[in-house]
Amino acid sequence: MTDERMLKRLGIGSVEELFSDIPSSVRTDGIGIPPGMSEMEVIREVTDMLSANVTAYDRPCFMGGGVYRRFIPSAVKAIVSRSEFVTSYTPYQAEISQGMLQALFEYQSYIAELTGMEAVNSSNYDAANALGEAATMCYRVNRRRKFLIPQVISCDKRSTLRNYVSGAGMEIVEYAHDPRTGEADMEDLKRKADDDVSGVYVEVPNFLGVMDRQAAEMKAAIGDALLVVGADPISLGILKAPGDYGADIVIGEGQSLGSPMNFGGPMLGLFGCRQELVRKMPGRVIGLTRDAEGKRAFCMTLQTREQHIRRSKATSNICTNEALMAVAAAAYLAIVGRDGLRSVARSNMASARKLRDALASVKGVECPVLDAPFFNELPARLPIRPEKMSKVLMRKSIIGGIPLAKHVPEMGDCMLFAATEMTTDREIEMLVEAMEVVS
Amino acid sequence: MSYHQADYDVRLIQEMKGRTDFSLPPVEEGFVPEELRRASLNIPNLEENEVVRHYTNLSQMNFGVDNGFYPLGSCTMKYNPKYADVLASLPTVTDVHPAEDEEGVQGSLRLMYELERALAAISGMDAVSLQPAAGAHGEFTGMLIAKAYHDSIGEKRTEVIIPDAAHGTNPASAAMAGFDVIEIPSSPEGRVDLRALESAVSPRTAALMLTNPNTLGIFEKDILKMAETVHGAGGLLYYDGANLNAVMGRTNPGVMDFDIMHFNLHKTFATPHGGGGPGAGPVGVKAFLEPFLPSPRIVLTDGAYRFEERPRSIGKVRSFHGNFAVLVRAYAYILRCGSDGLKAASEGAVLNANYLRKRLAPKYDMPFGELRKHEFVVSAKRIKEERGISALDISKRLLDHGTMAPTIYFPSLVEEALMIEPTETESMETLDRFADIMLHIADEDPEVVKDAPHNTSVRRVDEVHAAKELVLSHLRLRRRLGGDLAAMKADGDAKNCSFCATLIGTEKK
Repeated sequence: MTDERMLKRLGIGSVEELFSDIPSSVRTDGIGIPPGMSEMEVIREVTDMLSANVTAYDRPCFMGGGVYRRFIPSAVKAIVSRSEFVTSYTPYQAEISQGMLQALFEYQSYIAELTGMEAVNSSNYDAANALGEAATMCYRVNRRRKFLIPQVISCDKRSTLRNYVSGAGMEIVEYAHDPRTGEADMEDLKRKADDDVSGVYVEVPNFLGVMDRQAAEMKAAIGDALLVVGADPISLGILKAPGDYGADIVIGEGQSLGSPMNFGGPMLGLFGCRQELVRKMPGRVIGLTRDAEGKRAFCMTLQTREQHIRRSKATSNICTNEALMAVAAAAYLAIVGRDGLRSVARSNMASARKLRDALASVKGVECPVLDAPFFNELPARLPIRPEKMSKVLMRKSIIGGIPLAKHVPEMGDCMLFAATEMTTDREIEMLVEAMEVVS
Repeated sequence: MSYHQADYDVRLIQEMKGRTDFSLPPVEEGFVPEELRRASLNIPNLEENEVVRHYTNLSQMNFGVDNGFYPLGSCTMKYNPKYADVLASLPTVTDVHPAEDEEGVQGSLRLMYELERALAAISGMDAVSLQPAAGAHGEFTGMLIAKAYHDSIGEKRTEVIIPDAAHGTNPASAAMAGFDVIEIPSSPEGRVDLRALESAVSPRTAALMLTNPNTLGIFEKDILKMAETVHGAGGLLYYDGANLNAVMGRTNPGVMDFDIMHFNLHKTFATPHGGGGPGAGPVGVKAFLEPFLPSPRIVLTDGAYRFEERPRSIGKVRSFHGNFAVLVRAYAYILRCGSDGLKAASEGAVLNANYLRKRLAPKYDMPFGELRKHEFVVSAKRIKEERGISALDISKRLLDHGTMAPTIYFPSLVEEALMIEPTETESMETLDRFADIMLHIADEDPEVVKDAPHNTSVRRVDEVHAAKELVLSHLRLRRRLGGDLAAMKADGDAKNCSFCATLIGTEKK
């Protein structure tokens, strides 16, 4: 609704005059969508539309692959719903934004403790984007063009990575895994880790859920290439900080830390590196400093790496990130604390072991497939196509695991099952009962 | 002046101590290989109510659109309607796994399909992908599409032309996709210099990246000539959608002959920015570029929605399908506004900008003509010369009045720039109050202004010191202090920071 008082002050008759600079050759007449509706109707329409979704809210869910159904303490939601956080922009004006800046510094600090990386940014979009940016960061550090990744990796990460390294002209080379254990083939890795290799990526646990103990020896096996570790932050409650076994860069998917699954977004890309590499790092970082009176204060720093200063020479184009998810992560870690994070990690392992034993009991199902220690996910070989099993389970109100064909083609007859602290014994029974009928 | 921001003695959460009251049912410990077993974990156990207080207090030391006026140029900080948050909190949004079988996510797919169509109608593009997570991510995606297109017709094009007034993400995104960036100057009217453009295009030109209206808020009226020039050389036109809020319903990137664009749902479509994110940066293209959009595409056949892979797609630019919770908010906003409401939104944005510009004119110069679209850039150069007050000082003094400051020192072709974007959701009374404050500051005692802010939780922050020390975590702080934890002991006057005094150089001698 046009405020006539303003038109009068501007000395114009209608708002149309303010658009006189748009030539008729590019004018349009309105927008080809329906007219607006009331708030009540909007809520009704969108709620109805979404009611067709099958949710993990009221059903068993055994799906993982980087995104997990997790327990989010109620207080996390209360904290990240504070509208002073929710409705603020990037904290360019530090003095009036200390709350967000400190919360993000605390997030960076938590991720530093978990990963052993002293320098942590205040988020990437998700783990796939963080991996892409980690690869190009390796190139900026040592100007070599080969980046080694494991053969077992999510297809989304593989595809995203290829897009991110294409501009720098980098080449992606996969190192093999041992099909019996799902662990890295160290001989193949050593063979491929030549002088052109910029960085080597390893996931702990890996895409198949395996806690590959050889990760701890990788730094020694790859010469002076950089070691990039992809870590699951919940597992870091009980697993060694990657910095303690030689990681130069640590990335990960932070959704597990207090954010819901949200059909895959927004997620939280974790990104940290050794302090010596900080100037090559992508993304916004919050630094400790002082104000004019000597009080402790926080501000965005190292902006000279960023797009709004460096333009085409920036370390990354990233501007908007996932800051609110980073605050959720800080709030989550604050609430669960050291003991809580350990118990969540242990609970995941315990649930996954029950799941393994239950799957092993199903006729026609091969489980475990891999002979290796695992965290909270594991593949099982099914007697029918996993894609078909998904549909069968869905019709029995169970969200099954992830069919592996797209990700690890040679395991196309396997499904990747995940368990978390939310997985109950009853849910596992329901899964097994449903699978027994088909098998 | 009655604004005083809260100033709590908040220690870093890493400096707090307590006991956690979080618990899970007890379980047996599983086997963890010795080589990977963690020996210690240095994060505190805390009571939930202490954590809630800590972050509630921090939130009160922050400033959002819900606190007050937020005229941050180029960021379109309009009011974020609350129905959108309600919908984004439904279990049918939050508790859906992105790898679920298509049968289980028909609601999500339908919403995305409908949102793609609505965005196409608003923009005049033929197809939209919702995958990119942010505006810059959309730009990068768009550049990958341009590259894939040129490759597909056997052309090796290596250059992207970008005006000097463009958002910094444009050249950064083009460079990330492997292009050389050719910067062209603005004309004395603050528009793209057509001659410069003509001499910049060549068989190497992959694309021109442009926002219209541009960052000065000026409409590029010769857009069709520019399109002809670029298309004539075989290049593509990329539209940076950051300024779309100026023109909805009156023109669109499609009729302006753009080939690729991104939307900023967290700007034009009112989704909250979360202190830096999440956002969403969908990409729209003309039909001939649809085969290259990120995969998978959502298609509707026989009444069911499903994913479809396309052989010539660029693939993925992130995991899964986009920032879905943000998409839900934007879709709800589009339904609420409709065709009439979106057009009215742009009218309001342009009217508010021109009104506020006129109110500031007595004290603040605006280079490059009069009429603006949704934002305008004033220069504090004259005030600086006469009174010694810089754009930075003015921005800091605005904070004292409980209003967010404009974007400053951008675009760089205006000296002492203050870039102001009021948006349509602000009343005349709010604009008048802001104008009164701006005019007051221009005449105020320069020492008070240069010393600002006075009423925020901290005084002017030393950014140089932050860049020199580069302490980005508590872990770094401890190592920097050589493990001297005694020196960092938290105390009642935490903000006076005696525990990190050695670091920030304020230790009492």
